[in-house]
Amino acid sequence: MEKKLPTIEIIEKYCKGCHICVEFCPTKVLEMKGFVASVKNLEACIKCMQCELRCPDFAIKVTA
Amino acid sequence: MSFDYDKYIRPGKLPHIWCPGCGHGIVMKGLIRAIDTLGLEKNNTAIVSGIGCASRLPGYLDFCTLHTAHGRAAAFATGVKMAKPEMNVILVGGDGDGTAIGGNHFIHACRRNIDMTYIIMNNNIYGMTGGQFSPCTPTGAKASTTVYGNPDPAFDVAKLAIGAGATFVARGTAYHATQIDKLIVEAVQHKGFSVVEILDDCPTTYGRRNKFKSVIEMMNRLKDVAVPVKAAEKMTAEQLEGKILTGVLYKEERPNYTDEYAKVIERAKK
Ligand SMILES: Cc1ncc(C[n+]2csc(CCOP(=O)(O)OP(=O)(O)O)c2C)c(N)n1
Ligand code: SF4
Ligand code: SF4
Ligand code: SF4
Repeated sequence: MEKKLPTIEIIEKYCKGCHICVEFCPTKVLEMKGFVASVKNLEACIKCMQCELRCPDFAIKVTA
Repeated sequence: MSFDYDKYIRPGKLPHIWCPGCGHGIVMKGLIRAIDTLGLEKNNTAIVSGIGCASRLPGYLDFCTLHTAHGRAAAFATGVKMAKPEMNVILVGGDGDGTAIGGNHFIHACRRNIDMTYIIMNNNIYGMTGGQFSPCTPTGAKASTTVYGNPDPAFDVAKLAIGAGATFVARGTAYHATQIDKLIVEAVQHKGFSVVEILDDCPTTYGRRNKFKSVIEMMNRLKDVAVPVKAAEKMTAEQLEGKILTGVLYKEERPNYTDEYAKVIERAKK
């Protein structure tokens, strides 16, 4: 059975490029693209919600 | 599942004004999750602040909010609580607002044990006005007004609150995000004056001057200095050197101000 991937929404208008989500994602799903965060490797996401929890700017939403 | 913060935020207010990596946003999210857990009603909950970056917080929230004068959150909040004792009253603000200009209001709210919750975001500096030192700036640290290093010792906010008579005192950090809402939930449920100090970061005016290369370094410092009270019991004085205790630090049951004042009103009527 195929693994169901989560949806990671990054609201670019809110993201201030602080790197927190990138740094504290345990499986390195995210990266910085210029000044905003972006998804690099969705397959590695373990839906731990750390990025959503820590983002100071309400800019990232993970829907499992 | 994604948490729906939007339900509690005034439409069109985001993005907020805080700098990249400022922990105030993390604290605001913790407060929102705590309010959600507690099921506090918007019309029966007042969120009150003074002045400062941290004190901008109530403006984003769709509750009864008051953004008052510098250091005066406790004074206005006391008025709200006295007029409407049934209301949930939550105060928020920075270390400068709460322990310098507002220090007097802070200690007397503690002493009176008014049934309110005070969330103090301690980033060790006056962020909004460009990084002047506050009573919570560590000795030796650099601020725009202590360029050769701060000669003053810093307040321990939690000890100050306990000494002044607060009946619930807890401490968390902006790094330990999941703990923030748990501490706030317990604080709001406590009957009496509860203080939740959140060790926070100001990358813009504190980090840059004090050799933190990035927001991540500031977050990791919060991770490293924090020791949960339970874990600290098993540690030696040497191991605890330079560490800061987190969790619920103090709890006591004592008559609260609004209940006692209601009795005064009854006595006066006789
Ligand atoms: C009576 C008065 N004095 C001084 C100021 C200037 N002032 C505005 S914010 C602030 C300090 C805020 O620092 P803090 O409470 O630590 O919050 P932060 O900005 O770090 O979140 C000061 C001194 C003011 N607004 N009113
Ligand atoms: S949910 Fe967890 S694993 Fe997935 S991107 Fe966010 S931090 Fe990384
Ligand atoms: S934590 Fe939030 S603001 Fe910071 S880079 Fe990630 S999405 Fe952007
Ligand atoms: S100046 Fe400091 S406290 Fe104010 S928003 Fe920027 S980082 Fe936060």
